Amino acid sequence: MSHDTTAVRSSRDDAGPRGAFAVETSGLTKRFGHQQAVDGVDLAVPHGSVYGFLGPNGSGKTSTIRMLLGLTSATSGEIRVLGGSMPDDLRRVLPRVGALVEGPAFYPFLSGRANLHRLDSGDRRAPAATRRARVDAALDRVGLGHAASKKAHAYSLGMKQRLGIATALLMPRDLLVLDEPSNGLDPQGTREVRGLIRSLADEGTTVLVSSHLLSEVEQMCTHIGVMSAGRLLTQGTLDDLRALGAHRVRLLTPDPDVARDVLIRLGLTPEAPARSDAAPATAGGSVRVEADLAVEGLSPESIVAALVAADVRVRGFEVAGASLEDRFVDLTGEGFDVAG
Amino acid sequence: MSPAEPVGAHPDADRTADEPVDGPRGGLGLALLGSELAVLFRRVRTIALLGALALIPVLLAVAVRVTTADGGSGRGPAFLGDITQNGLFVSLTALTVAIPLFLPLTVGVVAGDTIAGEASLGTLRYLLVTPVGRVRLLLVKYVAAAAFCLAATLVVVVFGAIAGAALFPIGPVTLLSGQTIGLGDYALRLLLMALYVTLSLLGLSAIGLFASTLTSVPVGAMAATIVLSTVAQIVDALPQLDAFDPWLFTHHWLGFADLMRDPISWDSFAANALLQAGYVAVFGALALGRFTTKDVLS
Repeated sequence: MSHDTTAVRSSRDDAGPRGAFAVETSGLTKRFGHQQAVDGVDLAVPHGSVYGFLGPNGSGKTSTIRMLLGLTSATSGEIRVLGGSMPDDLRRVLPRVGALVEGPAFYPFLSGRANLHRLDSGDRRAPAATRRARVDAALDRVGLGHAASKKAHAYSLGMKQRLGIATALLMPRDLLVLDEPSNGLDPQGTREVRGLIRSLADEGTTVLVSSHLLSEVEQMCTHIGVMSAGRLLTQGTLDDLRALGAHRVRLLTPDPDVARDVLIRLGLTPEAPARSDAAPATAGGSVRVEADLAVEGLSPESIVAALVAADVRVRGFEVAGASLEDRFVDLTGEGFDVAG
Repeated sequence: MSPAEPVGAHPDADRTADEPVDGPRGGLGLALLGSELAVLFRRVRTIALLGALALIPVLLAVAVRVTTADGGSGRGPAFLGDITQNGLFVSLTALTVAIPLFLPLTVGVVAGDTIAGEASLGTLRYLLVTPVGRVRLLLVKYVAAAAFCLAATLVVVVFGAIAGAALFPIGPVTLLSGQTIGLGDYALRLLLMALYVTLSLLGLSAIGLFASTLTSVPVGAMAATIVLSTVAQIVDALPQLDAFDPWLFTHHWLGFADLMRDPISWDSFAANALLQAGYVAVFGALALGRFTTKDVLS
């Protein structure tokens, strides 16, 4: 489904350097005391994209989103959302943005419908005449039509999540910022949220969706940005990242420096010695040199030929496919430790 | 969910993306104030607070009725002895009883909850991204707190009048200055006194609003507000600290009795209004300064 709209999107992307991105930050930094929550992030979310904002818990995704929405001020750096500078143009920008930030939140003593009415009445651009109809449409769209009169405290986590998404849909939006939208949803609900996001994107809405689940992002996003420990490690289209991670050259040689030069000449960017190796020098004095096979048309045999021609003693050579998940773990590191 | 739903499902989805959106539509945005008042006054907690306030004149009237049947004693707050002659004094006595503790208590709960309550629920961030401007939110919250002050005072006065009329004889009221006035004139003066007490509570509401911008724990803001009102009254009562008295927001709290003179002595009304306006200005500015620059992390 997302492929059908790629053409439309790329034509929009050509709108010019200023208007190319729905969300654009440069050097965005947020410090809490001495802790660097967000560190020099240059986010670029193209118009019409579904941008997956990926990263482990505590990597600074929500802190970034809070700054994008003007909830917190940036320590330094610039933010442009829908062509406006944040937080200066907040009043002009935010009505066009629907947001779910760090989980849904409601007045527990009000019904789901009353909660939406309350938020909608705060939006001066939202016409009161259509409020009832818009609230009901938003509730229906997230499948809460039957539970609209229930008090919010009686909602399950998944229902609250749906109601949170409904608040973002009260008005037609140009940008949706959804922070972990499928938290607490069952597999069926997760599928529904994915479908909803895709249908919104098809209507032309740019969606910035944060998640710590790669599989989820992989299934619905056109673009991806990976955060870790407050830094944006990489971003681009999903296909770019997949191509990057698709094949990896692994070379075992006692002549790493020469090998590296050869690989660079071939247009590769070798990283060596590999960090995962406990000892850089393996038995026989060989060192592992790795590089992503990012150059199109470069065959493994031509790499070996070039290496041998440069008198590199090739003791081991392989080109292995890496999944997106490997790539993600490569970038963010393994382990359960939440980045402090 | 229905991802396949057509674009037209949104009533004004035909709006072009480039339509200018600067300049607020919908005038002053009074819908938010309406919503705020509805949320405040439909809330069980608010109703319970007002119910507790209504109990003050009722219990007072019942207690006086029961004890005077046994002869009664001469002690008690101002106007207490007059109740048996004229039930209309119940409202006045109840206000005198309620203003030092019960009214500040309820106002502290409501004013302390304004911003901190939204922050603790997490709804503050959704109001702000709606976007409800921070200044507008603060104004709406303050107006709602002031409306609660008026409602709280009126509850005491109205339930006092009902209880007094039900349990005691009513008739023309003798003023502190000796003249006697009819029921209509007295009702007007009661309303004026309710306004006086409401005015007296506006400074405290502003303090509560400011306290509420400092924390996301509503109980903390409520307690701070209530403690401050108590401390102010203690300082007011200590003769050694007389120098502070004219600056205390509680200083004129009992001055509404001046409205029971003829001609009405407006001195304390004017002094009170000026003092409360000063508190509203100072703490309103502090609240604005704090809230408009605050990082909303809740």
